[in-house]
Amino acid sequence: MMRLPLSWLLAFTTAALALLLLGSLATGPMTLTLGESLRALFAGQESGIESHKLLIVQEIRLPRTLLCIAVGGILGLCGAVMQGLFRNPLADPGIIGVSGGAALGAALAIVLLAPLGQQLQATIGVGLLPLLAFLGGALTTTLVYLLGTREGGTSVTVMLLAGVAITALSGAVIGLLTYLADDQMLRNLSLWQMGTLAAGKPADVALALLTLVALLWLFMRDANPLNALLLGEGEARHLGVNVQSLKRRLILLTAAGVGVAVAVSGMIGFVGLVVPHLVRLLAGPNHVRLLPLSALLGAALLLAADMLARTLLAPAELPVGIITALLGAPFFIWLLVKGRRAL
Amino acid sequence: MQPLSSSLSSPLLSCTRLSLRRGQRQILDGLDLSLESGTLTALLGPNGAGKSSLLKCLTGELEYEGSITLFGADRQQWDSSQLAHRLGVLPQSSSLNFPFLCEEVVAMGRLPHCEPAARRDEIVAAAMTHAGVEHLAKRLYPGLSGGERQRVQFARVLAQIWQAPSPTEQAEQPRLLLLDEPTSALDLKYQHQLLTMARALASRNTAVLVVLHDLNLAARYADRLVMLERGKLMADGTPAEVLTPELIARLYDYPAKVIHHPESGLPMVV
Repeated sequence: MMRLPLSWLLAFTTAALALLLLGSLATGPMTLTLGESLRALFAGQESGIESHKLLIVQEIRLPRTLLCIAVGGILGLCGAVMQGLFRNPLADPGIIGVSGGAALGAALAIVLLAPLGQQLQATIGVGLLPLLAFLGGALTTTLVYLLGTREGGTSVTVMLLAGVAITALSGAVIGLLTYLADDQMLRNLSLWQMGTLAAGKPADVALALLTLVALLWLFMRDANPLNALLLGEGEARHLGVNVQSLKRRLILLTAAGVGVAVAVSGMIGFVGLVVPHLVRLLAGPNHVRLLPLSALLGAALLLAADMLARTLLAPAELPVGIITALLGAPFFIWLLVKGRRAL
Repeated sequence: MQPLSSSLSSPLLSCTRLSLRRGQRQILDGLDLSLESGTLTALLGPNGAGKSSLLKCLTGELEYEGSITLFGADRQQWDSSQLAHRLGVLPQSSSLNFPFLCEEVVAMGRLPHCEPAARRDEIVAAAMTHAGVEHLAKRLYPGLSGGERQRVQFARVLAQIWQAPSPTEQAEQPRLLLLDEPTSALDLKYQHQLLTMARALASRNTAVLVVLHDLNLAARYADRLVMLERGKLMADGTPAEVLTPELIARLYDYPAKVIHHPESGLPMVV
């Protein structure tokens, strides 16, 4: 099998990401040239660029673009780690219900705990939403892991069915919550549910970017133990890996990543499934290569999907989750067909 | 922790009054066993006698009662990464479904070691050559046959406890190799090849413990046979001492005859 060198792949995906970034800054109801968006990004006022264009790039399109990159990177990274943790290439935060659990936590924060959330927001600057989304994600990951793991790997069937059940349950509870919500809460809830990459609040952007960098750093330190874990838990233990603490760490960190992604952008499915697969085809399954490339490709893919979402039905805008599902769901079915015997 | 250098005569592994209980069932019952450097010991016994459980206690996968001493220090005292330099384990089968190259699988054996990549690659190549799988280096692991996988896994374990001769260190550190039914997926040629390699490794300051079902393979390669039955040690000695028709009939409930190999004189069960 052909495998491209890591340096090439990193250079190529970084270049693609940079191009998409410029493209994303230039795309929208008011079309800018690449040169204009570049100048607006770096030169600022002195470049002689019209101030309304400057405003569009710096205040609207840049935060959105950065949020896309951060969320896409987090989802790609968490998908790759989750597939390693479950020793199963079909694991994805959306499919196994982790996003659903995180969404339930977020909805609880919006509806039931709104006053508490505002208080927290005022005192420490972080709302309750990311926190509860993280808790929901962590609980679901642990639950699915306990349900699906048996000696020698995870049962795909149990894992997928647990995902179906948890997603259905969280959908039902979120449905119930809408009856308890007042008008303001309802508006917050539905805005958030549609996926709000468009909002790009500076605090959200900062939180997501910080999470991406922290996760990438922490996961890279576990890249080799993750490889050993793919051999089997016993084998990893024989190689001196502290398997229990590794698993606990990975579950908490992926839940934190998915929780933050869900909190700032709603549910965006399939990025975590598709991206690591594409990377494995090009670079092999070694996590030392898989993790950074999954983060880069996830960012690039979500940015491209968001540009499509902005332009396909312009001036109307599609939720980006629709685009990722349209691309990802057939891919998932193809994977199921390909691996049918293994189920 | 790194224990003080143990004198050569002391056993590399010893367990005393080792017991293991699962629910109501007593899996291991007061076992005493010690392994010396330079020996290959075969662990035999009917299905369910507790062979795999004993191995799992030694590797630390199961909680046990009694004590296990490895290289002169209690098992619980060992830092898992330090221990992994010297204790290699080959499980019965491995479920690796991701498309790693075989050389990447073998390189995972070097995980406990901190070393430059060039040196790691050298050791990986040497271990693969030693295990006779160097031609599989660029092949994808999931595409291999069961026997090829087992040999690649053996190369991985070899790489894990590999010590290149260095001028600074006088003698090689003692090591311990545990093999759980390593020959079950192999054809005749590779069964003998693998046990020959294990034998050769034993002569380099290593104690090898191998779970086997084939009594004749055990008689041919092992210095010592240890027979388990229902968690108890039933026999322990040289092949000639242990392989008697009476014992085989009692343990396996099978009327066997023991003859002697025309050339080597070793006992053979027919």
